[in-house]
Amino acid sequence: MENASGLQRQLARMKKDLFDQGYLDEQFDQLEELQDESSPNFVEEVVTLFFRDSSRLMANIDDALQQCPRDFHRLDNFLHRLKGSASSIGAAKMKNECTSFREFCSEGNLDGCLRSFQKVKNDHTILRQKLENYLQLLRQVGPVDKASRSGS
Amino acid sequence: MAVDAEAQFHVLAVDDSLLDRKLIERLLKTSSFQVTTVDSGSKALEVLGLKEDQTSTPALSPEHNEIEVNLVITDYCMPGMTGYDLLKKIKESSSLKDIPVVIMSSENVPSRINRCLEEGAEEFFLKPVQLSDMRRLRPHILKGKHKEQQLHQEENSNTNHIIISSSNNNNMSNKRKAMDEEVLSERTRLRFSSSSLNVI
Repeated sequence: MENASGLQRQLARMKKDLFDQGYLDEQFDQLEELQDESSPNFVEEVVTLFFRDSSRLMANIDDALQQCPRDFHRLDNFLHRLKGSASSIGAAKMKNECTSFREFCSEGNLDGCLRSFQKVKNDHTILRQKLENYLQLLRQVGPVDKASRSGS
Repeated sequence: MAVDAEAQFHVLAVDDSLLDRKLIERLLKTSSFQVTTVDSGSKALEVLGLKEDQTSTPALSPEHNEIEVNLVITDYCMPGMTGYDLLKKIKESSSLKDIPVVIMSSENVPSRINRCLEEGAEEFFLKPVQLSDMRRLRPHILKGKHKEQQLHQEENSNTNHIIISSSNNNNMSNKRKAMDEEVLSERTRLRFSSSSLNVI
């Protein structure tokens, strides 16, 4: 069983990868900064909320894309919220793809919308898996002195 | 005296997104604010003691207005009553208009920002809101309180100069010093500590 500092290094590496690959941005650091003794599971709670929120929104988007005629305005509302949530947790790839998606929406470009949505779904699935792994490790590492954790 | 200056202020945060409410709550608590979060403009008005169709809080029993709110921070885009609508209602209310209001939005739209500032918003934060943004809240709260204190001091100034040589003066000056310390931010507190506040 790896000792604590080994786990921390692993955690830092995982996070660095997520950043390098563009899945996360510095907003995620902000979340970790907000986690402390008085709110020891903050990151996990927020991430859980995000996936709950985003899954629901994506189901709505799916529905909206299948309706005839398409209501692009309604679609844009869902996208606005999805983008907002993604931005709040630092889910960079998803946020950026939502921006493209919205552009297709404003053009009434259904084809572009469908392609973009597929990307959003993929990003979502991958991010979920990666964050689950990250959080699992985070739980093992336990409450850590922030100073040692922030060196990534 | 330092204890007064660290008084906990109460912020009312309004956002229809649960995720964002959780975030703003944590940001505020980490910055030593007391927080109440609500998910809509109409609920915000309820907390503030104002019904949607009223323009001033009813002069009722204390239970109605026991929650003192020092600042409102609200999302702009909300279904039903937007942050802008809420801002307007607050500024149109005789009892609430002096409460500082900050607007948050995920979209950087200059016309939107200007509209809010013109309507009386103190500031506009771009989401995602950061810890560093929280530091900008206290000055707005203190500025409002300072205005309040100044108003009181002006009202009291007539009686002050009359009792200036009485033994009561020490108490008055100390009380004023404490009041001033309460309302001033850190940097100006230094200026006033060796001040012209007369302790005769």
